[in-house]
Amino acid sequence: MTSLSSASSSTTASTAPATTSATDSTPELHPSSDHHLSGDHEEHHGDFRMFGLVLFLVGDGMTFAGLFAAYLTFRAVNPLPSGGVYDLELLLPTINTALLVISSFTFHRAASQLRQGEGFGCRLWLLITAALGAAFLASQMLEYFKLPFGLTSNLFASTFYVLTGFHGLHVTLGVMMILIVWWQARAGGSINSESHFGLEAAELYWHFVDGIWVVLFGIIYLL
Amino acid sequence: MESTSELPVSLIPNHGSWLRYLSFSLDHKVVGIQYLVTGFLFYLVGGALAGMIRTELATPISDYLSREVYNEVLTMHGTIMIFLWIVPVVNGAFGNYLIPFYVGARDMAFPRLNAVAFWMIPPAGLLLIASFFIGGASQSGWTAYPPLSLRTPALGQLIWIFSVLLLGGSSILGGINFIVTILKLRRPGLKMMQLPMYCWAMLGTSILVVLSTPVLAGTLVMLAFDIVAHTGFFNPAIGGNAVVYQHLFWFYSHPAVYIMVLPAFGLVSEILPVHARKPLFGYTTMVYSILAIVFLGLIVWAHHMFTSGTPPWMRLFFTIATSFIAVPTGIKFFNWLATLWGGKIALNSSMLFACAFIVNFVLGGITGVALAQVPFDIHVHDTYFVVAHFHYIVYGGTVFIIFSSIYHWYPKITGRMLNEPLGIIHFVFTFVGFNLCFGPQHWLGMNGMPRRVSEYDPQFTLMNQISSVGALLMALSTLPFLINVFHSAWHGRVAGDNPWRALTPEWLTSSPPPVENWKGQAPHVEHPYGYGLVETNP
Repeated sequence: MTSLSSASSSTTASTAPATTSATDSTPELHPSSDHHLSGDHEEHHGDFRMFGLVLFLVGDGMTFAGLFAAYLTFRAVNPLPSGGVYDLELLLPTINTALLVISSFTFHRAASQLRQGEGFGCRLWLLITAALGAAFLASQMLEYFKLPFGLTSNLFASTFYVLTGFHGLHVTLGVMMILIVWWQARAGGSINSESHFGLEAAELYWHFVDGIWVVLFGIIYLL
Repeated sequence: MESTSELPVSLIPNHGSWLRYLSFSLDHKVVGIQYLVTGFLFYLVGGALAGMIRTELATPISDYLSREVYNEVLTMHGTIMIFLWIVPVVNGAFGNYLIPFYVGARDMAFPRLNAVAFWMIPPAGLLLIASFFIGGASQSGWTAYPPLSLRTPALGQLIWIFSVLLLGGSSILGGINFIVTILKLRRPGLKMMQLPMYCWAMLGTSILVVLSTPVLAGTLVMLAFDIVAHTGFFNPAIGGNAVVYQHLFWFYSHPAVYIMVLPAFGLVSEILPVHARKPLFGYTTMVYSILAIVFLGLIVWAHHMFTSGTPPWMRLFFTIATSFIAVPTGIKFFNWLATLWGGKIALNSSMLFACAFIVNFVLGGITGVALAQVPFDIHVHDTYFVVAHFHYIVYGGTVFIIFSSIYHWYPKITGRMLNEPLGIIHFVFTFVGFNLCFGPQHWLGMNGMPRRVSEYDPQFTLMNQISSVGALLMALSTLPFLINVFHSAWHGRVAGDNPWRALTPEWLTSSPPPVENWKGQAPHVEHPYGYGLVETNP
């Protein structure tokens, strides 16, 4: 069974309440909660945190689905005023897509390194992943500065910025999670080859964010 | 509270003291009661606002409240009743209290997440109420349709959005917890088809919560952008599309109706067999009806928009899909009637409310089918007919079941019985007041009185005054209930572990239950409704 230590704090931003801080600041909660989570039931049923995260991501995906639906409906129904164009420069977004897709593989690499007990390799690949995420954000920012329209220029512009911005927020949180996991995976840290829920949760979240980007890229840039 | 678990009592925060209800408690029973009491306090606020609405409408002219304040009051009434009373209580309160018992667990799957979800509610509610006093509350109704919501004072609208986002977040976290608990935390050997019906209802409800609430969140963020940053998503004046808001809003808010009534369906399925001493009729069809309602509930939202310029094919589809919901709902009603048929019915307060639920909900359901038909809907759209319809669903349906459930589970929660005569007085006042209040509104709507307006044609005066008298009776009905709850907590007859001789697992432990629910192993209940089938008095 995975230990219920600070491992789950890396998912704090997405699903779980701050396990570590809650137990640290209110020690009287600790025994009762440990009993709940590591008592008979846990042994019979295993660890459900990943299932909870999956459900959260389903919900998060529905937020994106709603925004995509709004975007597609706007496009189908509301003609843009003259001067508002759909055609976007494709070079930077394509590079961005490549960055994120590669980062999914590097994260996967980090996870498999950890399972093989290669702590150093794991941390190295995590750093590479975080760097790719940060490069994505920088490149996205560069694109924002180069675009000929602003948030309130027209309906397309507003939807574009809200969708890519909401996704960028997810990437930002993801990079922060990766850095937290990177710190926890240090020698003597809470993530190691036996206990690595935090790393797996961050990995699943990262794949989700990448998948959303691929859909977003297809709908906004290519369609 | 008696504790016999292995856990040292001193390690539970404020154990045995009422202060634990104000703490970040991880005990699912404490969290459930936190939801229940908080929800009821907001119900009193929402009820006071309803009283202000009915006072204003007692006369045809706008004399008691200014028009703006009237708009604020009706918006806050709807928002508080839906997001702070019905959804938290019928899901959060009874769900947290009962589901771990029903699956044979000692707590929810994520106890901390549970406490976080609850503690998002009081700040959201207080923020919402505070908006009355800082520049005025939102005036655009609980639907917040743009462009109206873009023209009313921005501060109140933004506070409304922020508050609903918090409450939606709380609801999603709760839903995730329920799904994981029901699917994964069942005691070994307990099959899904042996679960009490409330588990199935909460599973269906939680699926709806997780799938639809995030869409509302995204929509409200876009609305906030329109208000703050002057984007034009939903503002037709600068090229936006207000109908898209309606689609996205109702994609959440129609399922929200099922988020409010499916748990009530589950609770009534627990209560009827106990007090009729008969097995729940048609367990399997009940389960599939719930799943069918969940699926259909997700694809009928545009029946709220028949007057929003929807094309004919869309009207046709949504009329047919909506009418289909009557089938699984009807199956459930006939199952409940068959459960009662030939039973040894105890007409106590809990059962009176449960039976009244059946009557009220059939009326609300029939007007619902009528409203799904386009020609009729266009005639009564945005009239008092709609107001009457949904109050028969959410008050006559869900709130009656909340009261029924309180009478049913109060002995388990406190260890003492509620007073029966006071309960029957409460029931009579509520039932008569409710029908007097909302019955005449059908007539008002059919004759063209629009909703959400503080003035009306003097020809509607009599029916409005009858309605206001009904509202007064409903307000008075709260008094015997409150007296009963407080008096019985100290002076009620001691209940014992199982005063109803019920078979569901929560009754197979002490009243109130110990921390972690059972002294030893959780009991294995194969037949939660096996009245007459197995020994009923262990």
